[in-house]
Amino acid sequence: MGRIVLDKVVKRFGDVEVIPPLDLTIEEGEFTVFVGPSGCGKSTLLRLIAGLEDVSDGAIQIDGQDATALPPAQRRLAMVFQSYALYPHMSVRKNIAFPLKMAGLPKEEQDRRVAAAAAALNLNDYLDRRPGQLSGGQRQRVAIGRAIVREPSAFLFDEPLSNLDAALRVGMRLEISELHKRLNTTMVYVTHDQVEAMTMADKIVVLHAGVIEQVGSPLELYHEPRNLFVAGFIGSPKMNFMTGTEATSRGAHTIGVRPEHITASFDSGAWKGRVGVSEHLGSDTFLHVLDTGLAESITVRVDGEFSARHGDTVWLTPIEDKIHRFDEKGDRK
Amino acid sequence: MARSVTNRRKTINTMLAWAVGLLIFFPILWTILTSFKTEGEAIADPPVFLFFNWTLENYSIVQERSDYMRYLTNSIFIAGGSTLLGIIIAVPAAWSMAFVPSKRTKDILMWMLSTKMLPAVGVLYPIYLLFIQLGLLDSRMGLVVVLMLINLPIIIWMLYTYFKEIPGEILEAARMDGATLREEIIYILTPMAIPGIASTILLNVILAWNEAFWTLNLTAAKAAPLTAFIASYSSPEGLFYAKLSAASTMAIAPILILGWFSQKQLVRGLTFGAVK
Amino acid sequence: MATQHSRSAARFMMAPAVILLLGWMLVPLVMTLYFSFKKYLPLRGGDLGWVGFENYVRFVTSSSFWPSVYTTLIIVGGVLAITICLGIVLALLLDQPMWGQGIVRILVIAPFFVMPTVSALVWKNMFMDPNYGLFAYLWKFFGAEPIQWMSQASIQSIIMIVSWQWLPFATLILLTAIQSLDGEQLEASEMDGASALKRFWYIILPHLARAITVVLLIQTIFLLSIFAEIFVTTGGAFGSKTLSYLIFQRVLESQNIGLGSAGGVYAIILANIVAIFLMRIVGKNLDN
Repeated sequence: MGRIVLDKVVKRFGDVEVIPPLDLTIEEGEFTVFVGPSGCGKSTLLRLIAGLEDVSDGAIQIDGQDATALPPAQRRLAMVFQSYALYPHMSVRKNIAFPLKMAGLPKEEQDRRVAAAAAALNLNDYLDRRPGQLSGGQRQRVAIGRAIVREPSAFLFDEPLSNLDAALRVGMRLEISELHKRLNTTMVYVTHDQVEAMTMADKIVVLHAGVIEQVGSPLELYHEPRNLFVAGFIGSPKMNFMTGTEATSRGAHTIGVRPEHITASFDSGAWKGRVGVSEHLGSDTFLHVLDTGLAESITVRVDGEFSARHGDTVWLTPIEDKIHRFDEKGDRK
Repeated sequence: MARSVTNRRKTINTMLAWAVGLLIFFPILWTILTSFKTEGEAIADPPVFLFFNWTLENYSIVQERSDYMRYLTNSIFIAGGSTLLGIIIAVPAAWSMAFVPSKRTKDILMWMLSTKMLPAVGVLYPIYLLFIQLGLLDSRMGLVVVLMLINLPIIIWMLYTYFKEIPGEILEAARMDGATLREEIIYILTPMAIPGIASTILLNVILAWNEAFWTLNLTAAKAAPLTAFIASYSSPEGLFYAKLSAASTMAIAPILILGWFSQKQLVRGLTFGAVK
Repeated sequence: MATQHSRSAARFMMAPAVILLLGWMLVPLVMTLYFSFKKYLPLRGGDLGWVGFENYVRFVTSSSFWPSVYTTLIIVGGVLAITICLGIVLALLLDQPMWGQGIVRILVIAPFFVMPTVSALVWKNMFMDPNYGLFAYLWKFFGAEPIQWMSQASIQSIIMIVSWQWLPFATLILLTAIQSLDGEQLEASEMDGASALKRFWYIILPHLARAITVVLLIQTIFLLSIFAEIFVTTGGAFGSKTLSYLIFQRVLESQNIGLGSAGGVYAIILANIVAIFLMRIVGKNLDN
């Protein structure tokens, strides 16, 4: 249960084509993340799957059944919204039970499922409170609870963690991953945060201007980005790009090296530069090296013990077999 | 805006504001006081303010002379009925405009408001004729329909502004949860908009209660509400200040009391939802 | 941002309101147009046939036409000016910290609850009556000759009564708007050395622009059709006849439906000119 197939799906708003023909298969039980910068069409794509927007062209299949024209309620999908979209006038209990009530389940069955969900999500103490009395993380759990009681064939998450503070976000990330392992249900997750994408996904779909740039596992995307966009988007800090002789000598138009694939030294190396800002994270330090003549600034990850000061001269050496090569069009060579 | 203010300044503010408030309220206060005077005291020179022989006589005379209860029930029926009917028609329309806006939504809203600018007097005779044809003249049902129609644009506008404050995602969540459109409106939208709907109802009850063109021109005796009751005191021969005051007090008391009890919603409603 | 399904549902749910209002607008309008081209005197022979534009010409050339337009504009303009100016002053006053703010607010709102027939009667008789009204006592107390309000100052009297009714509304809207003003903005301007007057002019007043437009729009809608206040007080005498009231007299008192209908068409045109004008301003102001 939970196989979703998009077949040449197109979405237009008026004359603007926000999603050109797009094919994508989300396998049963898979945790798929749509990631991309804001305005890339990832949320629109999710809403198309949910049925909250009509497709302009093409078809959507859910579990082998054509769902293109089905209203959201009949798609057997549950959605967790960015704002959680809890019903403010209902208690937590009623919020979670709402989809069951709409489905016309008997009262006892509703109570049983709400109790199970509340236990699983640690919400037992809050069942009679209103959403307004809960913290952000608790609201998030209620939204998830409301989604899981229906036992849907797939979950849709629309940037669910973007309203939480940094510490909570890490915790909720783990909880959602945990939930996926336990339920083994298809999950489609939209985020602009590549860290969330990398840590949670089985499969990442990188979107840019409505077009799928690459589909693959997190490590595939990291090791073999198909083009400049994906290379620059996945990985933090960003990959360094260079053109010119360094690139042509390696038979490419543009080359890219990740900060963690460059070593730095005070005495010798391939490229000479001057240290600009250095960001100390403790375990690691990120050096922003200027005046290399290769790029405006090259970011390098060095050991936390490496003590470079502003203005120091450093030598950088890339790890040769970790260099990514791209052609004029920006595609991987 | 938490600012400490000297007590002296606060005292001056208070005195000034109370003086202005009482000045504005004075005509109403004076009317109420006069209603308890005898006709002689009512026109005494110099005027008496509080020290007179309080009497309820005027009220019983007014009730005797014109059947107050009948006018009152008509007013309640007409104001309540037209508002309720208006709400039932306006909620779906406001839902559409707030949650499924199109390029024309704003134009439609503006057009609806502009129908309120149609001078009633310009269409009085046609409506009068239609009412005769349909047998609606001097009927409460007829007035309910007319007052509903003249207040409908305001009701729609107010509900629209209140609905727009409700995030669309919540309604989408209900849709995902399997609610039909009807269930979405009944279980989610309406309960969430209760304060706004209450304000809308209150304001429109007041507007309908006080409406004095159609109620005066389309009724004779049977369906006449309090506006007509009071207008019958405008003829010079029936002019006695104490009785006029008693009748006036009886006409405005229900709304004053309603306003007193629902102040918060009313203040919200009085701004027509247009200013936050 | 919606599906085909919800869009068609939206159209369906909007239909009753749109159809009702369209009918409410068109049916009487068409009938009024029809009558305006007829000589129609229900009490003196009924339908006496088509007369072309005669009613229109007669209505405009009647000596009461232009004065009535003038009166209408004076009353609407006067009430708007008074309620907005006093409303701003009152709103600023009520926004200050004080004791018993809630009660003062109720006192100020109260006139809005009073039905127009009542307020017109009370003002006319108990305040403005030249013999027994309170104003007469007040004038006499200061040794002045009491004013014959209804005959000597009929338009001013009506403006005063109507302003009293609408001042609460203007005050309340403007007060709500002032309360929504960001306090930090005022504090910042105070730090920048702006005087109280300058703060009002450069910060508060621009902030109130939207609220003032709302007051303008809503009050104009209601003021163009004031009726009871004139009906009960002067009955249209002493130059207090507005365009609406003139038409009312033609239709009901002289029972000349054709002439009245032609007047109605003029009133509708006038209202539409005002409406287009207002909608322009308001539409612009409501977008943000």
